[in-house]
Amino acid sequence: MPVSTSPTARASRPAAVPTLVVVGHGMVGQRFLEALAERGLTGAAGTARVVVLCEEPRAAYDRVQLSSYFSGRTPDDLSLVEPGFMERHGFELRLGDPAESVDRAARTVTARSGETFAYDTLVLATGSYPFVPPVPGKDTEGCFVYRTIEDLLAIEEYARTATTGAVVGGGLLGLEAAGALKGLGLDTHVVEFAPRLMPVQVDEGGGAALLRTIENMGLTVHTGVGTQEVTAGEDGSVNGMSLSDGSALATDLVVFSAGVRPRDQLARECGLAVGQRGGIVVDEECRTSDPAVFAIGECALAPDGRVYGLVAPGYEMAQTAAGVIAGGKASFTGADMSTKLKLLGVDVASFGDAHGTSEGCLDVVYADARSGVYKKLVIGRDGTLLGGVLIGDADQYGMLRPMTGTVLPVAPEQLVLPAGTGGPAVLGPSALPDDAVICSCHNVTKGAVCEHGTLPEVKKCTKAGTGCGSCVKVIGQLLPQSQDTGLCGCFPYTRSELYEIVRTLEITSYAGLLDSHGRDSARGGDGCEVCKPTVGSIIASLATTVGASGYVLDGEQAALQDTNDHFLANLQRNGSYSIVPRIPGGEITPERLIVIGEVARDFGLYTKITGGQRIDLFGARVEQLPLIWTRLVDAGFESGHAYGKSLRTVKSCVGQTWCRYGVQDSVRMAIDLELRYRGLRSPHKLKSAVSGCARECAEARGKDFGIIATAQGWNLYVGGNGGATPRHADLLAQDLSDTELVRLIDRFLMFYIRTADRLERTSTWLDRIEGGLDHVRDVVVHDSLGLCDELERLMADHVRGYRDEWAETINDPERLRRFVTFVNAPDAPDPSVRFVPERDQVKPDLDILAGPVLAVRTLEGTAS
Amino acid sequence: MTARTMAETMETAQDTGVVRLAAGDDWLAVCDRSLLTPGRGVAALLPDGRQVALFLDRAGRTYAIDNRDPFTGAYVLSRGLVGSDGGQPFVASPLLKQRFDLATGACLDDDEVTVAVFEVRAD
Ligand code: SRM
Ligand SMILES: Cc1cc2nc3c(=O)[nH]c(=O)nc-3n(C[C@H](O)[C@H](O)[C@H](O)COP(=O)(O)OP(=O)(O)OC[C@H]3O[C@@H](n4cnc5c(N)ncnc54)[C@H](O)[C@@H]3O)c2cc1C
Ligand code: SF4
Ligand code: FES
Repeated sequence: MPVSTSPTARASRPAAVPTLVVVGHGMVGQRFLEALAERGLTGAAGTARVVVLCEEPRAAYDRVQLSSYFSGRTPDDLSLVEPGFMERHGFELRLGDPAESVDRAARTVTARSGETFAYDTLVLATGSYPFVPPVPGKDTEGCFVYRTIEDLLAIEEYARTATTGAVVGGGLLGLEAAGALKGLGLDTHVVEFAPRLMPVQVDEGGGAALLRTIENMGLTVHTGVGTQEVTAGEDGSVNGMSLSDGSALATDLVVFSAGVRPRDQLARECGLAVGQRGGIVVDEECRTSDPAVFAIGECALAPDGRVYGLVAPGYEMAQTAAGVIAGGKASFTGADMSTKLKLLGVDVASFGDAHGTSEGCLDVVYADARSGVYKKLVIGRDGTLLGGVLIGDADQYGMLRPMTGTVLPVAPEQLVLPAGTGGPAVLGPSALPDDAVICSCHNVTKGAVCEHGTLPEVKKCTKAGTGCGSCVKVIGQLLPQSQDTGLCGCFPYTRSELYEIVRTLEITSYAGLLDSHGRDSARGGDGCEVCKPTVGSIIASLATTVGASGYVLDGEQAALQDTNDHFLANLQRNGSYSIVPRIPGGEITPERLIVIGEVARDFGLYTKITGGQRIDLFGARVEQLPLIWTRLVDAGFESGHAYGKSLRTVKSCVGQTWCRYGVQDSVRMAIDLELRYRGLRSPHKLKSAVSGCARECAEARGKDFGIIATAQGWNLYVGGNGGATPRHADLLAQDLSDTELVRLIDRFLMFYIRTADRLERTSTWLDRIEGGLDHVRDVVVHDSLGLCDELERLMADHVRGYRDEWAETINDPERLRRFVTFVNAPDAPDPSVRFVPERDQVKPDLDILAGPVLAVRTLEGTAS
Repeated sequence: MTARTMAETMETAQDTGVVRLAAGDDWLAVCDRSLLTPGRGVAALLPDGRQVALFLDRAGRTYAIDNRDPFTGAYVLSRGLVGSDGGQPFVASPLLKQRFDLATGACLDDDEVTVAVFEVRAD
């Protein structure tokens, strides 16, 4: 159904402003629109009418990152169109309304909806279609291609009932598709006609290294064989394939990924020149054989005789065409085919003349079959770097690619040998010339990157790093570095280093740690507001293990806690406190609910249901806290740690017990988890949720660790975050039993606590640590560091050592002594804490705090 | 506050009994010294209704500044964390974390802000 975001189109040609019709709203089409907007050629500016015909049901999205849908990015996350972009620029986007024919003589385009648009300039950005070899049975139910979000949704749906999958094609996209099938839990085969994988990008040696690594991951690779037929079972859906070597392969699902072909049908039909092997012929200005028609992106055959199947050259064409249409001068003559990818977790990169086709060139090769590393540099006769292939370890890609065409400053063999054997030479990006292109997606040079001070600034101002992301590492190296990674002015160590020091030396005192491991200038001093709570939290996390008191306010530990922990309550703007009793899993009996109501009423507390499935009582004075908690503890409540950097809530949905869709008892699991991890002090707060089915009513994927029930057990997602920078959690493991789930969470949390920085939620931690999710999975699922026993032991220590802080406090007169407003007038209430009525409850009386209140600049780390 | 009293503030005795604040011509006994935790503060109420934040640092020195956080108006500075920077003790407001020098009352994060300092001794 056609949807237009602006006034309905008319076929009549508007008098004053020229009409531009864009066919295809893919990656390049969108870049073209952005380029028009940059040049002021928009409906909003009154300089052009721009109509965009989009075949897909959704606006342009990041096709390069398509597979990340399977690791948790939603179609919305993948969108390339900023909200409001079309409206702001007055571009008329017609979703689900492809162009069906072009009449070049009349200069009109007719869309599927039947509407006809007159154009002054036509831009074709129709991309490619996946090539499906004409084998019998290719249209059987269960056969798919891998190009659009809709393709992925269909594959995902079909895979639910499948156990085996086969990908036809072992190229870049085929391997990506194979990775996706593997991720969906299918036993996966790759069938490649060529004698090696990724025949276009890598040479034989590289293909062999890739093969071993991929087979080690449990995929089955068949090279040198073709697909002869797709066979169907009695129900008419795929049940296997027969191969050219006479063998048969049983499979429930087939994905064709045997290359792409330019979508030039529309152009052919209206008589535009197309290449012999397809592609709309364009000149250096991206003009087709008709000067009023342009073609850009994967559908175009560039003047160098190539059809580019990569996004970066497409973006360049978009810029060129927009420049020319806006009346400027621009040209596209060809581009580099360099790529760097992570396929199934393996780095694969090739750049320049990777196959060594130049005259007289020589290869410098390093191959290690055991570790699956293969590196080849192609060097010209005069020592110029011409290109290369890197498999298994492509860290040097960002450095080497921009050096292509120059004579290397060190011997090439030094660059391919592993560390410890005389190489690799550390060839810092500082060695690059200023005009070296660092980000090939957006064509940004080193010089342009170096004008900025931080990565976010570089991304914002130059777009570098916002495409495939492979240049981000080098950008980081080009930016000014802070040499000192110490936690603060008092300690030269990071938080995770301090954690290790405290754990191994069993240090239980902050002063001891400061005097033994602090910076010289800080030893013997009072520390600061950064390291005190950080060290306090480390000691609390390890209390049972290192033999410290598990009560965070004992002895010296009392002086380390932020004010919230110090009073076991949350400080409010007027100096009063709030109280949040723990309500595990959000489940509460009517009796307890009544107690909360009574306490709130008796102490005149403002009462609110929180966003975390529990109840917050606001407006208590310091001296009221123990009285309130005595009532709550008597009724069986415990601290909810709303004040601590520790476990908050484990949200639940009602689950299988009541809900007609539920497949597991999500409430019981939420309660179990909340009781297990309550009181666990960590670098930042921890939130969790358990949903009873994939409908996800508990919003588990917005949590640090979220659990979603499956028919077989539980899926565990990690690294989710709401708050300021929302992030959907990534799938860590699937179909876990109760025990497996708990064991994995134990390990995950303890690994996070050990390695995260202060105030670093699991989301930022996961994005920051080297190797990311894969590394964390290796450590906590596959035990690659041999740490799992210890992580489990640490958690067992925590569980064993847990005691309710509030029960401990109200039962100890010593501890209760601190809950006074004035040390010299213990009975006097704080005169500055007053309330005024609002909506039948109270709110802080801020007038009595008035007087000269200063403008507030919020400082770092202000949140409790 | 004069230079003499400030020096006195810094050098107060280490382990003895009572913490006193200057109130007019008298010294007001506030509390037993043992009630103070090194690195933390408490609030005290003066007869005229003013609130004072009292602190003890690791070396055993006592300090007293106004309890009102000038950035928010709340009477909470006594509940902040004590630290030291190059030997200078400070407290970080528990609300928005601005730091105040305990000896001079100067805000370390804003040149134009100072809170009052009170004379204190422990004997
Ligand atoms: C009470 C509550 C709001 C409400 O009325 O519903 C609340 C109140 C506060 N939140 Fe929250 N958050 C509350 C749910 C949330 C949620 C929703 C949720 O948990 O499902 C979020 C987004 C989810 C998330 O965290 O991923 C949330 C994201 C934040 C953040 C941003 C965290 C981030 O990673 O970006 C902060 C600031 C921080 O922690 O640094 C924060 C901090 C705070 C603090 C502690 C701010 C402060 O330092 O004073 C507030 C004090 C609570 C108090 O005084 O009692 N609160 N806060 C909710 C308490 C839930 C509970 O029962 O414990
Ligand atoms: C899984 C996958 C991974 C990839 N990885 C990489 C990578 O790592 N690096 C890289 O550089 N490239 C990669 N690519 C290739 C990259 O996605 C393409 O180069 C890029 O999308 C080309 O952009 P385009 O706009 O020319 O084509 P597309 O993005 O395909 O957009 C063309 C659009 O035009 C529409 N269309 C076609 N005909 C009509 C019509 N008649 N009317 C209206 N609309 C029409 C199509 O539906 C489509 O939406 C990958 C591709 C895939 C599928
Ligand atoms: S997530 Fe599923 S089981 Fe839980 S309430 Fe929603 S629909 Fe029901
Ligand atoms: S090279 Fe792709 S984002 Fe920079």
